[in-house]
Amino acid sequence: MNAGKLMRRKISDLAFKVFCVTVTFLALMALAAILWSLLSQGLGGLNLDVFTKSTPAPGSPGGLANAIVGSLMMCVLAMVMALTIGVLAGTWLAEYGGRSAYGAVVRFLNDVLLSAPSILVGLFVYELLVAPFHGFSGFAGAVALALLAVPVITRTTEDVLLLQASTLREAGVALGAPLSYVIQQVLWRSARAGLLTGSLLAFARISGETAPLLFTALNNQFFSLDLRHPTANLPVVIFNYALSAYDDWRRLAWAGALLIAATVLLVTVVARIVAKEQRHS
Amino acid sequence: MADAALPTASRTARRSAPRGALMAKVFEGLCFAAATALLASLGGLVVSLIIGGWPALSKFGFGFLTTATWNPVTDVYGAAGPIVGTLVTAALALSISLPIAGGVAFFLTELCPAPLRRPIGTSVELLAGIPSIVYGMWGLFVFAPIFSKYVQLPLMTAARPGSLLEAMTSGIPNGSGILPASIILAIMILPFMAATLRELLLSVPPGVRESAYGLGATTAEVVLSVTLPYVRTGAIGAVMLGLGRALGETMAVTFIIGNSHNFPKSLFDSGSTIASTIANEFTEATSPIHTAALIALGLVLFLITFTVLGLARLMLRLQGSQS
Repeated sequence: MNAGKLMRRKISDLAFKVFCVTVTFLALMALAAILWSLLSQGLGGLNLDVFTKSTPAPGSPGGLANAIVGSLMMCVLAMVMALTIGVLAGTWLAEYGGRSAYGAVVRFLNDVLLSAPSILVGLFVYELLVAPFHGFSGFAGAVALALLAVPVITRTTEDVLLLQASTLREAGVALGAPLSYVIQQVLWRSARAGLLTGSLLAFARISGETAPLLFTALNNQFFSLDLRHPTANLPVVIFNYALSAYDDWRRLAWAGALLIAATVLLVTVVARIVAKEQRHS
Repeated sequence: MADAALPTASRTARRSAPRGALMAKVFEGLCFAAATALLASLGGLVVSLIIGGWPALSKFGFGFLTTATWNPVTDVYGAAGPIVGTLVTAALALSISLPIAGGVAFFLTELCPAPLRRPIGTSVELLAGIPSIVYGMWGLFVFAPIFSKYVQLPLMTAARPGSLLEAMTSGIPNGSGILPASIILAIMILPFMAATLRELLLSVPPGVRESAYGLGATTAEVVLSVTLPYVRTGAIGAVMLGLGRALGETMAVTFIIGNSHNFPKSLFDSGSTIASTIANEFTEATSPIHTAALIALGLVLFLITFTVLGLARLMLRLQGSQS
């Protein structure tokens, strides 16, 4: 009887292990399948035109230059806004008010915002910046992206500042420097790598976001550097072109998808390397 | 000693505050303002959704949530179709993704050979980095044809007329619909749940695990009866975090769910979610009441996701303070 029970336990253990290995394999296969489709469908459409010409009318040659530039401008502007607010807010949580009740509320809501549906942020910015001024604009798109990046940066800033040794703060303050000076000159510097990782991850997150741009930046068929008007951007162009009926538009959509995915994955990997080096030093 | 200290103290008090003190105040004020701005943005989000959606909510009242007529031509809007679509796809995605995420997390913490641990963990997390629009395109152009040919058609031909299977699989076999959308969603939320679960399992004190192994427990028993129960609260939080993502995911679903506002009748029927409806119609909304109805939908989504995400964070925090 005992032997039978042991046998049963061994069999269920084996089944468990087989299950774990199988599902991990499945998950890796999913990643491989997606990367393979991106490469096989996207590489064919990738050529110099993609980077030098603007989005075409169906049937005529063209590229994604206006969308790439528009995306870059919005992402950079968004990152500037998000870094300013995110780093300061994270610093407040870590160094000043993090232990107060108000700090707890801010931290909690920041965590919730971290995974809030991005389309709601789009609606909010539409109500805030598009509807009152009667016009879609690249600037509104950048604000929407910034709102998505801020929680990530706030979170990482707080985390890396809390990792810094408290003796650093004490030593600085004991030398007679105000805490604000110690934070800016000592803590931010020693947390540099962590802050960089956080901003890279935030950048990776917003560079592929589509939903919040649909009704803020809208789209623009022509090359433009003016963020006061609708601005072309990669995700929305991909969305429109992928669902179109024209083969050359779909090819461009795949090329764009490959560009975005490659950028995001590259930035993520760099962020991981930076984080790893910091841990080693 | 005390006598000597007194005059020094009064002298400092008389001296004007050092120049840095003002800057310090300004800096602290800036930091506080930034934290408050964060709070204000969330508040602004709620207020703008309520104001924007109010015309629709006041016109259709409670029926907005319970009726399934969504007709931009006659301007009658009932959101039951998208709401049910959202809940059903998220629940299906979660039930597909949860066992897989668990399996991956268990594999990485208990079974994986050490040299493979990092590369496999990183690869699974790379899945999380892929933008959702890429998932959407992949779903529509690669996954849907395969799904339709090898899953949908065989199931539909195998189903006897009048059987439950037939009712569940009715629809157009084009590879898009409720179930395909749920599968894509499941792939998308998998890495988030797997990564959180893995971190939780790693937080179990080694002594607990080792004593279980020492008593002769098998790997399955250690994981299922010792380490997983140890992080129970956090694990529920991780699952709800995944659910929150699935509820609010937009682009991937928009590509593959089929976009009809009807009540979904079967697993392969086309449907819609709140997010996909907003994404599809917002810029093309013709009447103010249509726009308002879409924003009201956004408010519903906000209430659902923020409840789920809030609970998830609370659970994770409880776990954090426990261990």
